[in-house]
Amino acid sequence: MSGGYDDELTRPLEGALEATTSEGPTSPAVGRDEWVARHGGNRVQRGGRLGTLEERLRIVPWWAWLATFTALFALLPVVSDSGYVRRVAFDIAIYLLLALGLNVVVGWGGLLDLGYIAFYGVGAYSYALLSSDHFGIHLPTIVSIPLIVVIGACVGFLVGLPSRRLTGDYLAIVSLFFLQLFLTVTTNGDDLFGRNVTGGANGLLNVDPLSLFGHELPVSKDGIFNVAYLYVVLVAFVVVYVALRFVNLSRTGRAWRSLREDALAAEVMGMPVNWLKLMSFAFGAAIAALTGTFVAALNASVFPLSFSFPLLITIYTMVILGGAGSQAGVVIGAVLIGVLLELLRDPGDSRVLFYTIIVLGLVAAFRLSKRLAVVLAGTAVFGLVVHSIAGAVDNDWVNGAGGAGGGVSDFMANWVIVPTDTASWVAPVSYISLVSLALILTLLRGWARLALLVPVLYLAAFVWENVMLSKPEPTRYIILGVLLIGLMIVRPSGLLGEKRVEIV
Amino acid sequence: MFPEPFRDRLATRVDEFIQLTLNGLTLGSVYALIALGYSLVYGILKLLNFAHGDVFMVGTFIGFGTLQLLGGSADPVVPVWLLLVLITLAAMAGCAVLGVAIERFAYRPLRDAPRIAPLISALGVSFFIAYSMQLMFGAALKNYDTFSLDGGALYFNGFDVGNVRVPLIRIITIVSAFVMMILLWLLVTRTRIGKAMRATSHDREAAAMMGIDIDRVIVFAFVLGSALAGAAGVLFALRVPTYATIGFLIGLKGFTAAVIGGIGSIPGALAGGLVLGFAEAYTQGYVSTRWSDLFVFVILILFLLFRPQGLLGKADIRKV
Repeated sequence: MSGGYDDELTRPLEGALEATTSEGPTSPAVGRDEWVARHGGNRVQRGGRLGTLEERLRIVPWWAWLATFTALFALLPVVSDSGYVRRVAFDIAIYLLLALGLNVVVGWGGLLDLGYIAFYGVGAYSYALLSSDHFGIHLPTIVSIPLIVVIGACVGFLVGLPSRRLTGDYLAIVSLFFLQLFLTVTTNGDDLFGRNVTGGANGLLNVDPLSLFGHELPVSKDGIFNVAYLYVVLVAFVVVYVALRFVNLSRTGRAWRSLREDALAAEVMGMPVNWLKLMSFAFGAAIAALTGTFVAALNASVFPLSFSFPLLITIYTMVILGGAGSQAGVVIGAVLIGVLLELLRDPGDSRVLFYTIIVLGLVAAFRLSKRLAVVLAGTAVFGLVVHSIAGAVDNDWVNGAGGAGGGVSDFMANWVIVPTDTASWVAPVSYISLVSLALILTLLRGWARLALLVPVLYLAAFVWENVMLSKPEPTRYIILGVLLIGLMIVRPSGLLGEKRVEIV
Repeated sequence: MFPEPFRDRLATRVDEFIQLTLNGLTLGSVYALIALGYSLVYGILKLLNFAHGDVFMVGTFIGFGTLQLLGGSADPVVPVWLLLVLITLAAMAGCAVLGVAIERFAYRPLRDAPRIAPLISALGVSFFIAYSMQLMFGAALKNYDTFSLDGGALYFNGFDVGNVRVPLIRIITIVSAFVMMILLWLLVTRTRIGKAMRATSHDREAAAMMGIDIDRVIVFAFVLGSALAGAAGVLFALRVPTYATIGFLIGLKGFTAAVIGGIGSIPGALAGGLVLGFAEAYTQGYVSTRWSDLFVFVILILFLLFRPQGLLGKADIRKV
């Protein structure tokens, strides 16, 4: 059997596999079958300089990465004393926790949990009910947080229960309905059998801040965001990350992965499939509930609408972009999307971001080739020509306020058409043509594709300046939707996820 | 026979019941049309098409746009019946194109991917469509304002059941929904392409080996399902204002109807839609308008626990 086997391909995987593969293929570890031992190290290798770099980076142990990342994150408030930066850092840290939790369900369990945000809400509302004037209960944080984690896990368990015998689709719909139900109950809970329980659409106010070791952590210190909250969440992040890492390497973690690959085969091998599914569901729910407590404490309030469908999709995009199943990937995904969404809030930043991403995307697609130069030059010339024709016909077509900002503002002002006032049909017509042309673009090959790419790029710039820039909220969500579809088609494993091979 | 006040109370009760039944029937027929779209696609691809609710929403918007093009409700340029037919056909055609595009660009590349991949792609499509509409047309409510049509003729005309007036607009909704379902039923049971659809739904690989063009069948299922969603959109929006993110909740209800009725079955979709419509209408009438979603959820859970194959579905046996 060992004849055609290439030793070069065996490289130590991280963690547990390391010990077994280094011993060589002849002595499989206990509980591990010979084939797995020999082939465990096989994976797709990138060639060239990038591949070598990847190999070098692989030597750095995971805890060093985690420590570096957390330290950089923790240093952020030291570098900048703006309350805004700290608040954004806190939000991203919350995203990190949420993404880690969703990764357990989606990445390891392979289940589509569309009620995930509801568990986050359950955590936030539980904290608000257990430590506020609403019922006059003020549990100390040291008691309430473990209690809420348990509540979250139990609710997750109960929601998963009805779909235990059914396929993933039913679980998705039940959990999605649970999210809807959570919103219904919290929005209408101000009149639950005649009692005000959840405060309704007005939410719950005056929630206690966290209290640690007898000290209350005020929400804001010296008028700006209290950094202590960021550190609390970071500590929770590190604890959750390390704990999940060990869970993943444990028997349960391996069982989850086998479940994800083929639930039927796992069941035939005697694994308690339903129990495992429920457990990953409950694990995710517990982490989401834990995260909810921090948010409720910091905001000193909870509202039903903070836990809605768009947030769910945001967290999903983070997990998918980073690579479902890879903890490091999920962390990167959360940071990338978190920063992206924050930059999109400001028109100036988002404009720079938009054009940078377009150019980087072109470079990634064409490398530094002749075609790249053709496309870039073609688009620039195309824009100048269209702009001067439009300007010659009617000056109002090009005189709108826009195209300014950034170092290339002069060029932009003479390149992209921004009418002084746009008729109501301009937005739908230009946007629908952009989407249709971009879709057609994916069907074309060769020079036809390059030729169509130029007007599409110009149209994209037009839509961005005239339609999207003034409406940041739908724009953010459209970008997330496109990211999800594109990732699933082009790179379902995300940035750092394992490539999965379907065995038929 | 009965004392006078008791008879009055009874009569009010009966009227209320008739009114609620009528509401449930209207709502249920719309849900059934949406459930059919889920069932058709699920039956063939085993894919939960999350974007279906948003196709419905696009239908309501196309209907609204066509209505404005034809002069709006206050001053239509064509007779009322033609107006209604035209906006329905426009919505059906537009949604059919959208459905084909979704299948071609978002689902087809993932046909052989792990099961969770097209589901996530479908989430992305749903989100993309909903917020694209919001980007283009704003988040404000779009009201067809059918009350202005012909001086309210659609609301005042009709016939009486007891003391309850059944207005023309509800009759139109219910009758057109049922006609469309019957046509679909005939299409699936009596035509060649219907036979191909049934074969594909039964066993895709075997059907392909028998020379059935699977791609064509799948595209056809999307065309049918989406066109029905477009029609449902117009029928729904005739009475209720619409907005860009309405597809989420309506789609969820439509899917629940499909599950309750037995996913993959056409009469099942009708039965599930009606069960859901009645449940919602009676809850709103007798319990509380705020909690109707809760009852729908409880019904769904009960079905999943005790009859996962739905009212009219067949139990799913997995062969290995």
